[in-house]
Amino acid sequence: MGRYIARRLLLTIPVLIGASFLIFAMVFALPGDPVAALGGDRSLPPAVEAQIRDEFNLNDPLLVQYGKYVGNLVQGDLGIDFSQRPVIDTIEQRLPVTVRLAVVAILFEAIIGIVAGVLAGIRRNGFLDNVVLVSTTLIVSIPILVLAFVAQFVFGLQLGWFPISGTSEGWGSFLLPGLVLAAGSLAYVARLTRTSVAENMRADYVRTAKAKGLPRSRVIIRHTLRNSLIPVVTFIGADIGALMGGAIVTESVFNLPGIGRAVFDAINNQEGAVVVGIVTLMVFFFIFFNLIVDVLYAVLDPRIRYD
Amino acid sequence: MTAPETSPPAARAAVPGATLLEVDDLHVEFRQRSGVVHAVNGVSYTLGEGQTLAILGESGSGKSVSAQAIMGILDTPPAVVTGGIRFEGRDMLAMSAEEQRKIRGPGISMIFQDALSSLNPVYSVGWQIGEMFRVHQGASRKEAKRRAIELMERVRIPAAAKRVDDYPHQFSGGMRQRVMIAMAIALDPRILIADEPTTALDVTVQAQVMDLLKDLQRETGMGLILITHDLGVVNEVADDVAVMYAGRIVERGTVDDVFTDAAHPYTEGLMNSVPQVEAKGGRLQPIVGQPPNLAAIPSGCAFHPRCARRRLGAAAAPGRECATDEPPLRLVVPGREAACHYSEEVLGA
Repeated sequence: MGRYIARRLLLTIPVLIGASFLIFAMVFALPGDPVAALGGDRSLPPAVEAQIRDEFNLNDPLLVQYGKYVGNLVQGDLGIDFSQRPVIDTIEQRLPVTVRLAVVAILFEAIIGIVAGVLAGIRRNGFLDNVVLVSTTLIVSIPILVLAFVAQFVFGLQLGWFPISGTSEGWGSFLLPGLVLAAGSLAYVARLTRTSVAENMRADYVRTAKAKGLPRSRVIIRHTLRNSLIPVVTFIGADIGALMGGAIVTESVFNLPGIGRAVFDAINNQEGAVVVGIVTLMVFFFIFFNLIVDVLYAVLDPRIRYD
Repeated sequence: MTAPETSPPAARAAVPGATLLEVDDLHVEFRQRSGVVHAVNGVSYTLGEGQTLAILGESGSGKSVSAQAIMGILDTPPAVVTGGIRFEGRDMLAMSAEEQRKIRGPGISMIFQDALSSLNPVYSVGWQIGEMFRVHQGASRKEAKRRAIELMERVRIPAAAKRVDDYPHQFSGGMRQRVMIAMAIALDPRILIADEPTTALDVTVQAQVMDLLKDLQRETGMGLILITHDLGVVNEVADDVAVMYAGRIVERGTVDDVFTDAAHPYTEGLMNSVPQVEAKGGRLQPIVGQPPNLAAIPSGCAFHPRCARRRLGAAAAPGRECATDEPPLRLVVPGREAACHYSEEVLGA
């Protein structure tokens, strides 16, 4: 197991290099001139403009720019934004907001999704099964952007159940954005759990568990659920990384100063170092949680061994 | 010569113990959108202490479903179970689900055909065996494990103490079936139902597993219901045999009697479709046609479309027309029941 993990961690290095280069190239290819835009309506003095271009290596070709970036990166320097603020500081300040949002979203996704899926799965075609089917279909068919604004308007503004924006209310500020961020995945988790539970309820070993005279609750929780959750855990783990992408929209709508919001702003300003630094970090999270999932997989299912 | 193991099967059958199980006119239906599937249609039998009853039949004859109905592990609905199932005199169908559950394990226990899929892949075998003690007797984890090892030794799994934490997929087929057996006998059940326990195993391993079951039965005096389609297994270990077709018992008697001279054309057909050492070189005679669709069981005798001895129309005796008159299970000769209008002709043929 240790060797497997070490190998997987080593494999993240080329993936991170490739991903960061792609992001770097995409920012490079963005139309418009970031330095010219800095001055707003007036143009900057040519000397100042030249100095900025020089400072951010904007006159170099793509590969040279990227080479200099990576050279600094391996020394632990993520670069600075146009206001001379180190990117590492931005990340340090904003990451906790996104982590909180992701934690809330994952909790919603796992708890509500799994409970709904189990209730639907143990009584297939029953009333609850149909409720889950209809509501999940509804949720997955609404884009997150629409869902975010509708939720903000209805639950935040009209009903007043949740704070509308910002982070002033502590964890409470994250409930509504977390729910919105989790919605699509939550629906998927419910459907996945439902299918998996319904299938396992008919498995031979569940019949054995009944024949052993185990109470129904034990048959479901110990003998059906554990096996049913293997694909669900896999999905949730991989989804943690994917949620970071969704966070860009959610943080913007709910005005949460997280890294998603920071990336959104940085793209608008074409601040290459910020975009590349944060997105590469997101890629790293994605890979890391996928690794966690694979390790967890072996814990949940003893038939899987990596050595 | 005093060792009881050496007594022939007939001697054991002659001294049945107290009645453990009475099944009376058992019916099981599955109500589905496409129609009603009549899986079991009026099955009756009794099982005594130390007795081995073989239930013989093709797949789809209702033998497994009737056993699962007795265990109370069919999902109801879609299954509808009616009739009488009395375990040690208590009517199981009248009991609450909780009372029924408490009989499963210490009262009646069951093993299944495919031990790999019937054992939970994500728990160690020791955990799964020990679960019987933890749930039914409130044993501690440590105690349950200790007794699981004892049981594994009892079913002759080598190096039991070392293998107790292994998972089902790490065992061979025969060893897995032994794990199933260990789990089933954990609480010394009065009745063990073995549903095709050796079908998925090699012939040599089959014999070992059957020997083990017989030894355990001798030690504990439990009643054994052996569900199988394997005539060889029936012949070796069973006292009595009930032959099932289309959800009904069509013939019943001691194994020696039935195997010597069948009283039902279906039983006769089964015997003829198995290779015999004495008749080497002769042609096998398979039963023609397919087992009936349980959603549309033929009228009269369910076997008549496939029966070589059927009598239809004018050829039939009054009230004994095979396609219209359903033959009851009746005493044909002492100790033998058959559900055929013309059993007397089949007997002696």
